[in-house]
Amino acid sequence: MADCGKFAGTRAARPLAKVRSSLSGDRIAYLVTLLFAVSIIILTVLVLYKLVSASELSRAKFGWSFAFTQTWNPVTGQFGALPFVYGTVVTSVVALVIAGPLGLGCAIFLSELAPLRLSSALTFVVELLAAVPSVIYGLLALFALVPLLRDPVEPWLKDWFGFLPCFQGPAYGVGYLAAGLVLAIMVVPFITSVSRESLLAVPREQHEAALALGATRWEATWNVVLPYARSGIAGSVFLALARALAETMAVTMVIGNDPKISASLFAPGYTIAAVIANEFTEAITNLHVSALIELGLVLFVITVIMNGLGQLLMLATSRTGSIHT
Amino acid sequence: MSRLARRNVIGRAMFALTGLSMFVTVSSLFFILGYLIWHGFRSINFAFFTQLPKPPGELGGGMANAIAGSAELILIATLIGAPVGFFAGVYLSEFGGRKFSFVVRYVTDLLNGVPSIVVGIFAYSLVVVPLGHFSIFAGGFALSVIFIPIAVRTTEQFLQGVPQSFREAALALGAPKWKAIATVVVPAAFGALATGMLLALARVAGETAPLLFTSFSNQFWNLSPNEPAASLPVMIFTYAISPYKDWHRQAWAAGLVLLALVLFINISARLLLPRRAPR
Repeated sequence: MADCGKFAGTRAARPLAKVRSSLSGDRIAYLVTLLFAVSIIILTVLVLYKLVSASELSRAKFGWSFAFTQTWNPVTGQFGALPFVYGTVVTSVVALVIAGPLGLGCAIFLSELAPLRLSSALTFVVELLAAVPSVIYGLLALFALVPLLRDPVEPWLKDWFGFLPCFQGPAYGVGYLAAGLVLAIMVVPFITSVSRESLLAVPREQHEAALALGATRWEATWNVVLPYARSGIAGSVFLALARALAETMAVTMVIGNDPKISASLFAPGYTIAAVIANEFTEAITNLHVSALIELGLVLFVITVIMNGLGQLLMLATSRTGSIHT
Repeated sequence: MSRLARRNVIGRAMFALTGLSMFVTVSSLFFILGYLIWHGFRSINFAFFTQLPKPPGELGGGMANAIAGSAELILIATLIGAPVGFFAGVYLSEFGGRKFSFVVRYVTDLLNGVPSIVVGIFAYSLVVVPLGHFSIFAGGFALSVIFIPIAVRTTEQFLQGVPQSFREAALALGAPKWKAIATVVVPAAFGALATGMLLALARVAGETAPLLFTSFSNQFWNLSPNEPAASLPVMIFTYAISPYKDWHRQAWAAGLVLLALVLFINISARLLLPRRAPR
C-alpha cells in the first residue's frame, strides 16, 4: 500500500508541477508581449520628448512670436514660421477642396452604384494608389504636372478667373497650386476607402425605408445614407488632412521653396515639412537646427490633433474603433 | 418636364458625376503607371543595376550602390520592426485587458500618424547625434519606427481573425495559453501575418523623408551599417531636382524599379490573402 501511496503521490505531484510551470510560461509570455506593447508607448513619448528638448534653444529665444513672424533668415539668425504654416495650410486646403468631393464621389460610386465585383476591383485600384511612394508622386508631378500647369492651365485660369486674387500673378508652374493638386491625388484614396467603409456600414433598412417613402435612388443616398454616415465621412476628411499637412517629398519637389506669403496660388511657397527636408542637413548654427526642430514639433502637434479628431469621429460610427490606414 | 422626371434626371446626373470621379481617380493610377513605364523603360539599362553613380556631367553610370543600400535599410527596419510589431500585436489580440489595450491601440495609431519627416528628426537626434555621423543603422531605425505601428495593427487584426474555437480546442486539450498561441493561433494566421509584414515592408521601402538626414547618401559602395549609404528613394529625389538631363533619366529608371517593387508586393499580397481580410 505504501507503494501505491507513493505512486498516488507522484501522480498528484506531476500535474501540479506541470500546472505551476505552465502558469509561469503564461506569465512569461504575458510579460514579454506586454514589454513590447509598452515599448511602443515609450517610443512615442520619446519622439515628443526629443522634439521638445531639441527645440529648446529656439523656443527660449523666440517664444510665441516664432509662429507669427515672417522672416526666415539663417544668416542673421531670424526665424519665423508664418510662411511655412501658411504654405502648409494653403496647400492642404487646396488638396481637400479637390479631393473631398472627388473621394466622396468615388465612395458613393463604390458603395451604392457599382456591382460587387467591379466595386471590389476598383477598391483594390484605389488601395494601390495609396501604396505609391510619395517620391514617385513628386517625380511625376515635377516632370508631368508642373509643365502642364505652367503652359495651358494657369494662363487659362488667369484669363477666366483672374479677378480673384488667388489666380493672379505670373504662372511659374511650381507653387501652391501644383503642391495642392499632387496632395489631392495622394489623399483621394484615404477619403475614398474610409468613406466607403462608413457608407457600407449604414443599415440597409435606412436606404429601403427612404425608397419606400418615394425617394428616388439618389435622394435616398443623398438625404438618408450620407447623413447617417456623416461622422465617418468627416473623420476620413480629417485623416486625409493630417496626411496632407505632413506630406513631405512630393510637396518639396513642386512647391518652389520660397519662404514668402502670397495670395496667388500660382506663386512659389514653402511648407513646414519641405523646409525641414531641404535645410536640415545644411543648417550650421545650433539655432537654425533648433528652429527646424521646433517646426517639426509644430507639425507633430497639428497632425496629432487632426488624427485624434479623425479617429474620434470614426469611433462615433464604427464599433470596433480601429482604423487601418 | 414633370416633377418626378426632373428628380430622376437629377439623380442620374449625380450618379454619373460619382462615376466620373471614380474614372478620374482610377485613370490617375493608370496615368502614373503608364507615364512611369514609358519614361522608365527608355531610361533603364544594364548599367543601372551594376554600376556606381557617375559625377555630374558625365553620362552613364548606375545605382547599384543605392539598390544595395535600400535593401540593407529595409532589412534593418524589418529586423527591428517585425518582432516588436508582432509581439505587441500578440499582446493586443491575446493578452491585453480592455483599458490598457485601448491605450496601446490609440498610441499605436498616433505613432502611425507621426509625419515621416518628424520620424527623421527623431532618428537624427536619437541615433545620428550620439554617434556623430550619418549611418545606415540610423536610417533603418527611422524606417522601423514607421514599420512598427503597421505591423502591430495587421498582426492584431489577423490574429483576431482566427476563430475563437481554435483557442478553446487547444486549451481544452490541456495546452497552456502560451502554447495555444504559439502552436495553434499563430500558425493558423501565419500566411496572413507574413503578408502583413510584407505590406509594412512595401510601405517603408518607398519612404524618403526619414532617410534624408539619417542614412543620408553616398557616392560609393557601402555596406557597413555604421556608414552613410545611398538609397533608391533618396536618389530619385536628388536626381529629379538636379539640373542634369542624364540624372533625370536615371531618376525615371529608379522610380520604375521602386514602383515595380512596391506594386509587386501589394498585388501579390492581395492575391495571397483570403478575401475580405483587412488590409
